Amino acid sequence: MLIQLDFSAVLASWPLLVRGVVWTIGLTIVGTVLGLLLGTACAWARARNLGHRPAPLRWAVASYVELVRNTPFIVQLFFLFFGLPALGLKLSPEFASALAMVINLGAYSAEIIRAGIEATPRGQIEAAHSLALTPGQTFRRVVLPPALQKVWPAMVSQIIIVMLGSAVCGQISTPELSYAANLISSNTFRAFEAFILATAVYLLLSMATRRLLMWMGARFLVGR
Amino acid sequence: MVEFSIWDILRNLLMAARWTVTLSLIAFIGGGLVGLMLLVARLSKVRGVERAVGAYVQVFQGTPLLMQLFLAYFGIALFGIKTSPWTAAAVALTLYTSAYLTEIWRGCVASIPKGQWEAAQSLALNFAEQLRHVVLPQALRIAVPPTVGFLVQVIKGTALASVIGFVELTKAGSMISNATFQPFLVYACVALLYFALCFPVSLVAQSLERKLHANRR
Repeated sequence: MLIQLDFSAVLASWPLLVRGVVWTIGLTIVGTVLGLLLGTACAWARARNLGHRPAPLRWAVASYVELVRNTPFIVQLFFLFFGLPALGLKLSPEFASALAMVINLGAYSAEIIRAGIEATPRGQIEAAHSLALTPGQTFRRVVLPPALQKVWPAMVSQIIIVMLGSAVCGQISTPELSYAANLISSNTFRAFEAFILATAVYLLLSMATRRLLMWMGARFLVGR
Repeated sequence: MVEFSIWDILRNLLMAARWTVTLSLIAFIGGGLVGLMLLVARLSKVRGVERAVGAYVQVFQGTPLLMQLFLAYFGIALFGIKTSPWTAAAVALTLYTSAYLTEIWRGCVASIPKGQWEAAQSLALNFAEQLRHVVLPQALRIAVPPTVGFLVQVIKGTALASVIGFVELTKAGSMISNATFQPFLVYACVALLYFALCFPVSLVAQSLERKLHANRR
């Protein structure tokens, strides 16, 4: 038995792959930035050591976090893309993908950041109060930076999981990397070659992203 | 167009959810067995094996599960073996699970103090005995909560098998939504069913974790 792999046809469609990589990276950047903002807001609402929050707010945030963390990303994506138009809210595939990633990372990062916030020594918050910092200032300048610093490695892993999860967005025809692989495979009939190449690119992307984010964490979170 | 009442939708989804559960269990048990073998191989300190297992873990954790499913689907066929979405999904999810579990368990074994290994050695236990009687029983206690937690990831991971055409909960959802033109209702039901499967498992994992830490205090 002889297995013949022929990458020439697949490699010839490199512009598609490049476009796919650009989309994957773009979606990841949007998802990460907005997802972290959303996650921070939710962590602020759920943290048990930052004073009392109104019960409806805590309840709403808790349900959002648990609903997202206990359902598959692909179902969240399909719900946004196929389900919402029934309510008259039609989203483009690209927008639905980005939105799903933001919502997904928002829920996971909320729990990660909350763990960091709740690990803040109480004396720090009391010291900030005694310096007459407002609650907002305390959160932004005293609580959040060390909290992010503590949980950054877990955060990086989660960001990479979300980036890899974006492969599903090709299923609603967002032109990201896995969509490119699908397209090349149906153009060239070289399915295995197309997917192994895309997989290798994903592996490189995730390794590079981990390095970059760890460096950014050391530079901007610790080195402040 | 077929008339579907909400009851019909739920009944059909529940039937399909059986396959989600079956696939999850196969992946979890199969992945656990493969993961355990990889763990032992890694701990045995045979030259090169540790590195090979590390690379295996990195490949499976650094690539999308969706790509792994496609590769299993087209890769098995490449060897001239007739494959079905069912086998491809079972193989890919088992390997994926094994990579994560072996990494989780490695962390648990690493948290066992070195003195335990040395004490076992000084009692003239061989490698298998050290593992079986001294290290693994202690590591197991720490390993249970994260392992149960990972089961949630496996259940959610099976949703991707729908993409290669395996009819489980998500695929059944798309099929029903195409037949009923009620995507909002159908996908909401699908999401709630996943939630009903995963949330209890999450709660168990959380409470196990709390108990473990209570013991330590």
